[in-house]
Amino acid sequence: MSAAIRLRDLTLGYDRHPAVHHLDGVIETGDLLAICGPNGAGKSTLLKAIAGALRPLGGAIERVGCKPRDIAYLPQAAEIDRSFPIDVFDMVSMGYWRQAGLFGGLGAARKQRIAEAIASVGLEGLEDRPIGTLSGGQMQRMLFARIIVQDAPVILLDEPLTALDTRTADDLIHLVESWRAQGRTVVAVLHDMDLVRRVFPRTLLLARERVAWCDTGEALSPANLARARQMVEAFDRQAEDCERAA
Amino acid sequence: MIDLLFSPFAEFEFMRRALVGGMALALAGAPVGVFLILRRMSLTGDAMAHAILPGAALGYLVSGLSLGAMTAGGFAAGLLVAIASGAVARATSLREDATLAAFYLMSLALGVTIVSLKGTSIDLLHVLFGNVLGLDNPTLMLLAGISSLTLLGLAAIYRPLVLETVDPNYLASVSRAGGPTQIAFLVLVVMNLVAGFQALGTLLAVGVMMLPAAAARLWVADVTRMIAIAAAIGMVSVYLGLVVSFASGAPSGPLIILVAGGFYILSVCFGRAGGLSRRLPANRHLEA
Repeated sequence: MSAAIRLRDLTLGYDRHPAVHHLDGVIETGDLLAICGPNGAGKSTLLKAIAGALRPLGGAIERVGCKPRDIAYLPQAAEIDRSFPIDVFDMVSMGYWRQAGLFGGLGAARKQRIAEAIASVGLEGLEDRPIGTLSGGQMQRMLFARIIVQDAPVILLDEPLTALDTRTADDLIHLVESWRAQGRTVVAVLHDMDLVRRVFPRTLLLARERVAWCDTGEALSPANLARARQMVEAFDRQAEDCERAA
Repeated sequence: MIDLLFSPFAEFEFMRRALVGGMALALAGAPVGVFLILRRMSLTGDAMAHAILPGAALGYLVSGLSLGAMTAGGFAAGLLVAIASGAVARATSLREDATLAAFYLMSLALGVTIVSLKGTSIDLLHVLFGNVLGLDNPTLMLLAGISSLTLLGLAAIYRPLVLETVDPNYLASVSRAGGPTQIAFLVLVVMNLVAGFQALGTLLAVGVMMLPAAAARLWVADVTRMIAIAAAIGMVSVYLGLVVSFASGAPSGPLIILVAGGFYILSVCFGRAGGLSRRLPANRHLEA
């Protein structure tokens, strides 16, 4: 398989404090990759940077044979302002941003596609509902509908199943599996280790640095998980400049 | 009564000018105010209104009551405060509301000092409260121009502005429009405040922007309809404020803002999208 995204000595962070430190690795085309790790491990930061929403402090993210427009990103639902007066249809239609741009119209075909995407995640009939009135599960389904509309070969999901009921989680996992079957690359930040072991063949176990990046069974071994828990507590307010960055 | 509603504008040119200028302000200020509220920046508008004072005062010192000099000065001061507060917030651990408060307070104090040292209290009152009844042709052209530019500018950045407000991480993943959109929006805010201070003064300019927008938020849960309702409330406030001012002899600028405030209070009480009447009686609930 060819590499879709290559991380070279990648350091990411905020206020010069690294949240991800000197990470190397390759996400292959068609991968179904889980990113796991304790809270504060840098998982969401890594996904945000791959999506292009965060500039690296050091190193590089190389998209091999894949342009930024080929990446669809599902941010954490908590980062969305749900008080904003926008309805489900308009929110999902934002998936056509790259095609429609500042002034482009949607047209009948795209509107039909949006309606189909909304129906395919089980939200038919809720097109006119303000997003602030949706439940957590409905919100997540809506964001999956936007990903469907984006129709991108690389899909990044940041904690897509947090606080969802079993049925919603199962529905969305089926969607993820269908994307993989279509040959898309899917990378998801997840906390449910059982789910990761069941569905995701490969896992990056992250604790600011790479603990393991290999087949899921091996990556999530008790020894690796214990190492990850020890590594993550590394924030130091008085930290010196990193010598490896010099 | 009917005579009172129309005759001031039929008989007096200064009233017609005030009406046209005020309408232009309300029309452009409404969508800007709506986005300020939706972006939780309501007090940013107020702070920026204060921040333009030293620029306008310097313009006044250099050229007297010159429209061009005071406008350019106010615009420059507003942009400087916006950019400096944003830059310090990004470069330090302070949040942007704290840096904006710091810069606007320094700017306001500097402006009052300049006006006090070199001008008279009447000059200060003009800058602080404006003179909607004294709009000349160049000022009217300025207000109309800024109003038109604002509407065109907002149309251009509407989509990224909505997305940047509701889901900024997603916008950052699909486009680099987020940063330029924020800057363009701030420029529009400053432009409208500069236009507003010509008619209403720095202290009240933000009122015609924020009060109609806050009132509209209580009636509908849709951005485009919010903008339309806010513009309508703003324009009706200008009209009624001028009529009441003419009849009572009270100053026009504050009365326009008071009428807009009246609409806001009515909306708080009866607004169908979050007003008190929708939440009362507290011991009853809806079917679904």
